[in-house]
Amino acid sequence: MKPFKEGDWTDSIDVRDFIQKNYTPYSGDDQFLVGMSSKTEAVWKVSKALIETEIEKGIIDIETKVFSGISNFDPGYIDKENETIVGFQTDAPLKRIMNPYGGFRMLEASLEAYGYTIDSDMADDFKAYRKTHNQGVFDAYTPDMKAARSVGLLTGLPDAYGRGRIIGDYRRIALYGTDRLIQEKKNDLHRMASLPANEVNIRKREEISMQIEALKEITAMASTYGDDIRKPAATAKEAVQFFYYGYLAAIKENNGAAMSLGRNTAFLDIYIERDLQAGLITEIEAQELIDQLVIKLRMVRHLRTPDYNTLFAGDPTWVTESIGGMGLDGRTLVTKTAFRFLHTLINLDPAPEPNMTVLWSEQLPMNFKRFCAKMSIETGALQYENDDLMRPIYGDDYGIACCVSPMRIGKDMQFFGARANLAKALLYSLNGGRDEYMRNKDGTTIEVLSGIAPLENHGTSDQNNAAALDFDTVYDRFKLVMTKLAELYVNTMNTIHFMHDKYAYEKGQMALHDSEVHRYMAFGIAGLSIVADSLSAIKYGVVTPVRDADGITVDFNIEGAFPMYGNDDDRVDEIAADVVRFFSAELKKHEAYRSAEQTLSVLTITSNVVYGKKTGATPDGRGKGEPFAPGANPMHGRDQMGALASLNSVAKIPFENVCQDGISNTFSIVPTALGRNENDRLTNLAGLLDGYFAKKAFHLNVNVLSRTLLMDAMENPSKYPTLTIRVSGYAVHFNRLTREQKEEVIMRTFHERV
Amino acid sequence: MRTGKLHSIETMGLVDGPGIRTVFFLQGCPLRCAYCHNPDSQTFHGAKEITPDEVVAMAMRYETYYRATGGGVTFSGGEPLMQGEFLIEALRKLKEKGVTTCVDTSGYGQTTYYEEIFKYTDHILLDIKHVDNEAHEALTGRDMTGIKTFLSALKSFKGRLIIRHVMVPGLTDNDEAMNKLLSLIEPLKKKIDKIEILPYHKAGIEKYSQLNLTYTLDTVPAMSADRAMAFEKVLNERLVALKSMEIAKTA
Repeated sequence: MKPFKEGDWTDSIDVRDFIQKNYTPYSGDDQFLVGMSSKTEAVWKVSKALIETEIEKGIIDIETKVFSGISNFDPGYIDKENETIVGFQTDAPLKRIMNPYGGFRMLEASLEAYGYTIDSDMADDFKAYRKTHNQGVFDAYTPDMKAARSVGLLTGLPDAYGRGRIIGDYRRIALYGTDRLIQEKKNDLHRMASLPANEVNIRKREEISMQIEALKEITAMASTYGDDIRKPAATAKEAVQFFYYGYLAAIKENNGAAMSLGRNTAFLDIYIERDLQAGLITEIEAQELIDQLVIKLRMVRHLRTPDYNTLFAGDPTWVTESIGGMGLDGRTLVTKTAFRFLHTLINLDPAPEPNMTVLWSEQLPMNFKRFCAKMSIETGALQYENDDLMRPIYGDDYGIACCVSPMRIGKDMQFFGARANLAKALLYSLNGGRDEYMRNKDGTTIEVLSGIAPLENHGTSDQNNAAALDFDTVYDRFKLVMTKLAELYVNTMNTIHFMHDKYAYEKGQMALHDSEVHRYMAFGIAGLSIVADSLSAIKYGVVTPVRDADGITVDFNIEGAFPMYGNDDDRVDEIAADVVRFFSAELKKHEAYRSAEQTLSVLTITSNVVYGKKTGATPDGRGKGEPFAPGANPMHGRDQMGALASLNSVAKIPFENVCQDGISNTFSIVPTALGRNENDRLTNLAGLLDGYFAKKAFHLNVNVLSRTLLMDAMENPSKYPTLTIRVSGYAVHFNRLTREQKEEVIMRTFHERV
Repeated sequence: MRTGKLHSIETMGLVDGPGIRTVFFLQGCPLRCAYCHNPDSQTFHGAKEITPDEVVAMAMRYETYYRATGGGVTFSGGEPLMQGEFLIEALRKLKEKGVTTCVDTSGYGQTTYYEEIFKYTDHILLDIKHVDNEAHEALTGRDMTGIKTFLSALKSFKGRLIIRHVMVPGLTDNDEAMNKLLSLIEPLKKKIDKIEILPYHKAGIEKYSQLNLTYTLDTVPAMSADRAMAFEKVLNERLVALKSMEIAKTA
């Protein structure tokens, strides 16, 4: 067989160099693609049936005899003879893992919710001898942090479950084998021997030793499936399988919200192309490898509590795979395997996972652009992110974790930080730092942020005495709130991640990173469109608060028209941009744990419904308890100028150095509005993405479907078993959403003029 | 500067000429089509004003989308040809900026401006309402004098044409009507890119009750999309045949 072209990758761990030296860009069309092999057909048939049973039952099984760990489980199969790619998290498909390290109570609650019990000795022993991440965090949380958390000013913090959002460079196992990887880690450890034994170096040495241990465990785990991964993969099949073992180790050890896959299609294509050239495999077998890998990725599960589902609906795992993009040398990173990967949506029906993320560049081959557009129209499962915006910052070997978080594979990791409810923060500026929604048990108001003076004469319970809000005063006060919130948020995150490293360190994933890793600390915000519209209403209209006896705002009288975010109107869009710039700058003022670089996202997943529930009426006219718009989307029905005005508004939210952890936008259009025939629809959708990303926008979820169809699917779920829609940063089986979430999705703006 | 009377703007027009287009719906129309989707755009009263410069400034915000798809700006309505002076200035300024232009019309406007409008127009979407004089008047309130004048004026138009026709069951869903349609446009065949038969649908009826207008087609069912498509296919095949006959003649 043809040897690989050598380079820097031969001497040091450098997967990117291997790709650049050996891959074959592809600018052709999709005509070469083939259907499922008979083996795949057999495996998919049983897998699909099992997945459908799970959707009905809620859960298939839980492994209650063993805790999480890389090599703690016996091998599992679903149809051993026909499985080209093997490996489940436990000894059976869809059987979930108990991971106690994040927090034991969370684990117990999950078990209880599904009617399972853990062996009492096991539970007692664990509780007696092992402290969890959650215990550590609560030992160190301050009263302020707890208050911000309980009122929902800071929500979804990873303080009781795995933080996730870390992408191991799983390719390294296939390219180098674990012997070599262990040797490199030993060399790193050896180099550190002469450094002073301070806290930083001691921890680093301990971590590298743990990483070496993890690599041995991965090797042992693979050997239970009969594979020797100590040596590099020699064939395409081995490459896919060895790479998957790396990922499998990650999801056996961890239960992070988002356990993403990286950017692998060009890498795997090198092996596939080589085997095809050598006549070792046919196109059917090439597709079979990818189809079977994807079947496995669709069967990744984590044990969650039912209320987790109200935040992140549909049991998502964010097995995000980043596809396409351009190389720094101008060659496209699209390969035939990028097509093969997307084609699984046809071979295996549409599905939300893996979370297929196309790295879009104006320079992408036209055939690939049109193929992506076709897949969006036919399956609704793709999201798009701007490679032309990210490549200058991250180079050409980065991937997306979760929904919109970019990081260099194997070189960057992030400390995931959920999000702050900025709409609530705005209300704090009107209410003297007190929560507008929750009360103490004795009925008194809760002061969450101290030192925020109440606004004098700005609306009282006495309507005769009410005064309209003054923009400058409110905005100054809001900035003060953001300043205090930023400090609290950074301190909270530092506490969480200190404890996560201490009690739930991801040794398997970190073993597949460079020892010198760059860290991001990823903050987030929810409610941006509400904040922008509220401030716009105060600035351009006349807004008078209605307050209760305690002086807390309960409603707002709004007079006069005001510009609303989503209409490409700079007067309000600039407010949105200014708010994120300010908040981002404040976050960067505070020292982050392990010198992490602070970033910010505008992303809500499906939690926009829950945030809304816990937030009082806002000055933009949104009523108490009503849902927020998802991510950076304009509020439903306020975009009056058509879709592109709405997209242009979102495109103004700055990415680089500000919202560098991603800006999520979800877009729905009915098929007939996209063009009168298929050719027009492909041209228009591809062109829409080109146009949008040329405006320096960051992300777009594309749904091509009608409201009528969703309403029908809500009433007749059995008619639509595979209906997949993009929500905020991920895709979901529509049937897995709660009624409330379905209604919210249906309420969203559909662009449907024909 | 002459201002235009504006009904609304759609920034993502994907079925209003080539590519992605910003559509300016101008207010006011001399026709009263029984199936009009935008009855609120018929009257000339109560519109917002917009200047040609504002049109250009807004269009430039979507320039990246035009570039990617060969799109541009479309004036629709209402009836854009009823605002000739404004239209000419807006079209001219758009062309100066390199934006392609399109006019979506029923062919009823201020005839004196036609020649000048054509100068700055790349595409015309011409909606022919009916092919029989009396039926045209019954359907739209005007006889066919206007459309015939416009068709004849189009002889000097240098751009490209798309012919449209909304097919209502019982009105024109027959071969005879289609023959007449084809002979009406035959003199312009070289400029015509395609003929689109749009099936009559009932979306938008609720606007009539909101405006206290009666909807006279209440009992008429929606047109089958498949039937409309079948008519469209035949018409376009015949159009292609007519064009090639012309080529054969000149050769």
